[in-house]
Amino acid sequence: MREPPELPPDGELVARLRSSDDAAFALVLDAWSGGMARVARSIVSTHASADEVVQDAWLAVVQGIGRFEGRSSLKTWVYRILVNAAKRRALREGRQVSWSPVAGEDDTPTVDPARFGGPGDRFPGHWLAFPAPWPSPEQDMLAGEVQAQVEAALAELPARQRVVITLRDVEGYGADEVSSILETSAANQRVLLHRARAFVRGKLDEYFAASTSDAGTEVSP
Amino acid sequence: MTDLNCDELVELVTDYLDGALDDETGHRVADHLAGCDGCTTYVDQVRQTIATLGSSPPDVELTDEARNALLAAFRRPPG
Repeated sequence: MREPPELPPDGELVARLRSSDDAAFALVLDAWSGGMARVARSIVSTHASADEVVQDAWLAVVQGIGRFEGRSSLKTWVYRILVNAAKRRALREGRQVSWSPVAGEDDTPTVDPARFGGPGDRFPGHWLAFPAPWPSPEQDMLAGEVQAQVEAALAELPARQRVVITLRDVEGYGADEVSSILETSAANQRVLLHRARAFVRGKLDEYFAASTSDAGTEVSP
Repeated sequence: MTDLNCDELVELVTDYLDGALDDETGHRVADHLAGCDGCTTYVDQVRQTIATLGSSPPDVELTDEARNALLAAFRRPPG
């Protein structure tokens, strides 16, 4: 989780933005645009359109700051504007996105059932072979490569899962804030987060299994 | 109170880490983890996945051109 640069409290920030204090606007632009671009990229198709979505969102913030009611934090409100701008952009790109789980997302296994014992096995429902341990972060000399694996895994996710895991785990928002940004229930965002995390973990597991099997480590029986 | 199977536990991990399980189910998860090395490894790997996601390098900032255009728009809002 990245900590944003120190910003004044919301009340002060909003008052300064409303009185056209451009130093205050520069502060939030510099603090939030990077994270906003990442969230936008989880929804729209290209870096270029994500950058445009971020700019559109800021223009909407400039125009709408007088209507901000303070029922959420300023940042949550800005992110909600961003997510809605990205959603409209995706629609223009021909993709309908929604933040509700689709059929199967909340009731099908996230781990391959073949990893667990079946009815005829000695321990039905239990690991046939335990997950192979991963190298500890200190041992791992290839942190950059691990990050690349994570990026590739995120790119494979459907937008609804990717936006949730980006907000929760990359940007570090809590469940309630993500519900508020996406205007969906805490349960819905958690279903999407659960699948997304299991998928990314699975990709890392495949990656570590492949990179340690060269050293003769047993991967599975 | 029945024991959880491993294939049930792996589907409760996200609710468990969010503190979103009811007390009874939370205790069943904790009891299972106390006795199951496989699931303990699994949950550790989910935690490691979250940590890796959280340490992704910062994203590119606005270009100077975009930043200047937005500051200009802020100085003279429409209407």
